Amino acid sequence: MSLLVHPEVEARLERLEIPFDNHGVDPFGVSRRHLGPFYSFLRLLYRRYFEVTVTGIEHVPARGRAMLVGNHSGGVALDGGMVLAAVFFELEPPRLAQGMAEKFLNRVPFASIWTSRLGHLTGLPEHAARLLEAERLLMVFPEGARGTAKLYGDRNTLVDFGTGFARLAMATRTPIIPFAFIGGGEAIPTVVNLVKLGRMLGVPYIPVTPWLLPVPRPTSLQIYFDAPILLEGTGNEEDEVIFGHVERVKQKIAELIEAGARIRRGRGEAVRM
Amino acid sequence: MSDEQRASASEAGPAGAPTAACKVVVTGVAGKIGRLVALRLASAGHTVIGIDRRSWPDAPPGLELHRLDIRKRAAEDVFRQHRPDAVIHMATVTHLTRRSEDRDRINLHGTRAVWDACHRHGVGRAVFVGRHTYYGAAHDAPLYHREDDPPMAVTSFPELADLVAADLYAGSALWRTPEIDTSVLRICYTLGPSRTGTLAGFLRGQRVPTVLGFDPLFQFIHDEDAAEAIALALERSLRGVFNVAGPEPVPLSTLIRMAGLTEVPVPEPLFRLLLGRFGLPRLPPGALAHVKYPVVVDASSFRAATGFSHRHDADETVRAFREAPGFIG
Repeated sequence: MSLLVHPEVEARLERLEIPFDNHGVDPFGVSRRHLGPFYSFLRLLYRRYFEVTVTGIEHVPARGRAMLVGNHSGGVALDGGMVLAAVFFELEPPRLAQGMAEKFLNRVPFASIWTSRLGHLTGLPEHAARLLEAERLLMVFPEGARGTAKLYGDRNTLVDFGTGFARLAMATRTPIIPFAFIGGGEAIPTVVNLVKLGRMLGVPYIPVTPWLLPVPRPTSLQIYFDAPILLEGTGNEEDEVIFGHVERVKQKIAELIEAGARIRRGRGEAVRM
Repeated sequence: MSDEQRASASEAGPAGAPTAACKVVVTGVAGKIGRLVALRLASAGHTVIGIDRRSWPDAPPGLELHRLDIRKRAAEDVFRQHRPDAVIHMATVTHLTRRSEDRDRINLHGTRAVWDACHRHGVGRAVFVGRHTYYGAAHDAPLYHREDDPPMAVTSFPELADLVAADLYAGSALWRTPEIDTSVLRICYTLGPSRTGTLAGFLRGQRVPTVLGFDPLFQFIHDEDAAEAIALALERSLRGVFNVAGPEPVPLSTLIRMAGLTEVPVPEPLFRLLLGRFGLPRLPPGALAHVKYPVVVDASSFRAATGFSHRHDADETVRAFREAPGFIG
């Protein structure tokens, strides 16, 4: 197994501040034995396959509860993977970002094991609250599955945000670190999503690219983190109040996307279809 | 439920006055945990009166044992004659290899008979010993269950419905008979040298079947720690519903490895076909979800209310199970 673990990943896992027991498992089922090969694979993508630029990593706190909130970009979980890699490889000490897995994944053999061993518990409010109370770093995509289903032409737009993340951040007094992920739409340009076929295979949809399979191209990717936003309140406010907070976070992310996309166009990196 | 329970947690804090020696009826005393509870109570100076249909040949001399069915008139005579201060109700049938009407009657009607007897004979404290499988296992269930989570076992594992009903019935004693300090304990799997119980049964053979591609967290507590928790619930006069757990949960595959056994991952469609054959244990159909998904509880309320902490960590607990005589691993 250790052949599959890169020495850099091994060294970073040593410094990861997660309370592993003597079997290398934490109370949520996160397992060192699984993190090693997974982060070594992510490292290949992050350092070799794509050209990833991370800006503003200093906004992510070194320890304590925090919520990374950003946009979906690309038909598969490429965005999430690269954000995981960014906080693991760029922060000192490294941090484990924990996403909220789509519910269907826990029914799929092996996906069930890997999502939980890597810390991505099923997307339930109880799980999110418990992770934050345990001072973990939560990764949230408020667009949900509708966000990953964006087609190429909509790659730098945002669909509706859920409101759960804002209520939770307020109830648990968790700072929100907004981020923009740019380039996923070029790496995996979705032409159409096959919903029926996906349902038959037990997933929400299958994204189809010009080369059919949703295999990403080795493009450049940019992640922009921005200053923490602390939403004041209890989390029990009326919807109108919450909508205002959600809009504020969404607006910040939209600005980050726009600024990032402008820089990307300036570099002439937009890819013709 | 949870607010009341938190309120009660602050009333009966760990600093609460130690309980004076009292007279305790323990139903189901001949079971593995029942025996340990009886010994623990006796060593703390309490008088123990055991009721069980089964015998306990090497019971300690000071312990009074009645071989009775708790639903029968003679069992109530024990209450009438001895006027106990407290009852620990453990006489529930939990093994699931066969389902019988008898089991339903013991679990639900027996529980009712015990609380009725408590009410009629002035028993001040009663502890129901239930199980964490109350919550059931499902792909979309939260990992750590709090006491106010609903009993999903009713749908996910219908074979457990009678135990769920008994648990809820005992809990309803908090408003039906408020003069009794009732506590309902939902204890995670117990494991230890006795080598009996649901989890021990599953780990009985050298080869342990798992569902290919699934590896749920399992939460277990040493037999002796479970007995200590039950005794503490009584001594602290707990009121309310409490989860009880010991060490942090571990993945099933890790537990199997710790026990020195061999994991046999079986694709789900074949799982039911293979159970009970090739030296693999037999399981009821509803158990499938409990081998795919975790049942893990948050036991922090109980710890806060009683000051309980487990003595045996996960490794010691599995070692005690593994090194007990009769282990074939």
